Amino acid sequence: MAAVAVDDVEALRDAVRCGPRVLPAGGATKPALSAPPAEDVVALDVSGLRGIVEYDPAELTLTARAGTPVAELDGALAEHGQYLPFDAPLVAAGATIGGVIASGTSGPGALRYGTVRDFVIGVRMVDGTGELVCGGGRVVKNAAGFDLPKLMVGSMGRLGVMVEVSLKVFPRPRAAATVAFELGGLEPALAALAVLARGPVELDALELEPPARIVVRLAGDPEPLAARVARVAALVGAPGEELDATVWADAAAFAWMAPATRLVRVALTLRGVAALQAALAAAGARARYSNAANVAWIAWPGDCPLAVLDATLRELRLPGVALTGAPGRPLLGDRRGGAFLDRLRTALDPDGRFAEL
Amino acid sequence: MTVLDDLRPRLGRRLLTGPAELAVFGCDALTAFYERPAAVVLVESADEVVAVVRACHREGVPFVARGSGTSLSGGSLPIGGGVVIALNRLDRVLSVDPDARTAVVEPGVINLDVSRAALPHGLMYCPDPSSQSVCTIGGNLAFNSGGAHCLRHGMTANHVLGIRAVLPDGELVELGGDSVEPLGPDVAGMFCGSEGLFGIALEVTVRLVAVAEATHTALAVYDSLEQAGDAVARIVAAGLLPVAMEIMDALAIEAAEASVKPNYPKGAALLIVELEGERGVVDADAAALRELLRASGAGEVVATEDPDARALIWKGRKSAFSAVGWLAPDYIVQDGVVPRTRLGEALAEIGRMGAAAGIRVANVFHAGDGNLHPLILFDGREPGMLERAEALAGDILRLCIRLGGSITGEHGVGVEKREYLPLMFTPADLELMRRLRRAVDPAELANRGKMLAVA
Repeated sequence: MAAVAVDDVEALRDAVRCGPRVLPAGGATKPALSAPPAEDVVALDVSGLRGIVEYDPAELTLTARAGTPVAELDGALAEHGQYLPFDAPLVAAGATIGGVIASGTSGPGALRYGTVRDFVIGVRMVDGTGELVCGGGRVVKNAAGFDLPKLMVGSMGRLGVMVEVSLKVFPRPRAAATVAFELGGLEPALAALAVLARGPVELDALELEPPARIVVRLAGDPEPLAARVARVAALVGAPGEELDATVWADAAAFAWMAPATRLVRVALTLRGVAALQAALAAAGARARYSNAANVAWIAWPGDCPLAVLDATLRELRLPGVALTGAPGRPLLGDRRGGAFLDRLRTALDPDGRFAEL
Repeated sequence: MTVLDDLRPRLGRRLLTGPAELAVFGCDALTAFYERPAAVVLVESADEVVAVVRACHREGVPFVARGSGTSLSGGSLPIGGGVVIALNRLDRVLSVDPDARTAVVEPGVINLDVSRAALPHGLMYCPDPSSQSVCTIGGNLAFNSGGAHCLRHGMTANHVLGIRAVLPDGELVELGGDSVEPLGPDVAGMFCGSEGLFGIALEVTVRLVAVAEATHTALAVYDSLEQAGDAVARIVAAGLLPVAMEIMDALAIEAAEASVKPNYPKGAALLIVELEGERGVVDADAAALRELLRASGAGEVVATEDPDARALIWKGRKSAFSAVGWLAPDYIVQDGVVPRTRLGEALAEIGRMGAAAGIRVANVFHAGDGNLHPLILFDGREPGMLERAEALAGDILRLCIRLGGSITGEHGVGVEKREYLPLMFTPADLELMRRLRRAVDPAELANRGKMLAVA
């Protein structure tokens, strides 16, 4: 079924109210979430809902329409020495802020100040009845009403269509340094990861490239950076290799993925890495771990059914979501939320106007 | 009382129904409201919570979960004729995982005890409400509590990763997990701050962070609140990211000195700025901060890294609410938020409104995030004074909304600010909130009457 483009809120409300069921798409950089999974669902192109609504650098907040490319936000923020610290992936490919929130995807920089959930403070959205509703606000601290902005994180366009979002922003570090360490094996690499995650040096990114390589980014004022890098090397107990910033652009673009593999995101902790790695090796899949191994990015072989990964993740009691490849049931592995999510869903979408979760 | 009769053999003397026993549970820290519950249950296990919730659901009796009763918005006010589920005995830290930097705790664990359990691993729990030595994690979670250090670290919801909860009909659910990266709709985030309307948390997985290597606390005095507010703007503009920026006015300083004697430098306004992090980074930032404070027209500037001196500074700040008891027999504390660039305007207007009403207002607030805590001082024995004080409190909340803010930054709506929620949200927004509430709890048994009026 052809996509329907909406570039104003009334058209969006109309599209939600009548016609076929809808699934919003922004930059379509995570097609497994944004391409219609069934015959009777139509893609709703919301990339026309675009532009910064309000940005006062002194306020450290920004409000933008949901279809705004993150690159546009990054540019506006950089002019004032600010940034979105959760470091969304696929920005160069065209990821929109609404899509980043709906997919719940953060990048390596989430280590320092938190993931996308920690920066969304307000949302205007169209619910399944076609009403335009708001949650949260435009101030950084707010405890009034249910936290709809958080519920939108990871909602995959299945609980509401975001129209406008408000975000916290932070001052951008003036300089950064990147260092890689080869640890000789998965076990020592995980041990080093655990040591570094507990401080005292505040890292900006802490990544694991299995089996044995960890990559660290430090950010802040330029002057103390060299001494900080030396402290990290001392904590690891191995000499590091300084890298340039292109490694981060490559990571954000998933340049390491082989052709015809599918991108899957899995939430876990350090403790779950070894078992997941063993299972992935058996299936010939590669992975990288981000945010001190709180998230795994898996390149799943295109010729191996996702059902295999689904079963593996269930066994390991880990939740996952497929981001690229053909649309289908996006959530894999251990599902969380149960009856609570089901009930919220009946309130947000009583007539089943959105694609199924 | 029939609803819990089946449970009496199991609960024994932990099921309270006598008038004298119930009296102490009639209110929380918002003492202007009082309701007599039909029963209080001192539960000792998650299973007992579930059993009580199921019994209440079967009989259609409303219930309120309660920790230490420190809510300033009436969040744990009993429902007349309902059941209070007192969670204080569910006070175990079940596990601390130093590698994953998480802890699993029961809802009755006191906030500060989470950090106490984490400290041997060099870790701590960030959210620090002023009541942190008595308030519980369950209440923090239900009301998305804040604290002085939200500026950098965020609120309770930013530190709750997973929740095992009982829904209002007794169904058990697992929300979130132990990773800091949520996956699927962030239902744990949605459960936080829902003021008990979605059920009761039985086990909470919280995020821990490494204790900072260095903490630098600076005090600066100013001749006016506006000057202090201007200093905050300069710090933000310079790209510094302190963990806390707090301002107290002369009346709040006077109250603090009268009670806990923090020995603050004297002035019309006091700014507290705290930096934390790595040694070298904090040293560089502290030097930059010193320059900024000097340039902002500060009188005396005092800085310390001594833990005892720092503790006294924060004791003075965190006791400000109770300390105003030294200045007036009664007070109302408000919790409005304004965009941080409009703080000066808000404070000047609050000053004018207080003067016009002939009511003294002490100001102590989280300047870094625009969260105001005007303390409205009055004597309730004077006829009409409570009403006048409440009217002023309402006017202050309207001001916050007019400036683009919120009616509550960290205390929640509770019963206190329920009538102000429509100032912030449209009828459609509120209708969705009611629909969400009823989808989870059709009979509106869980903490009935908080945040949303009962249909």
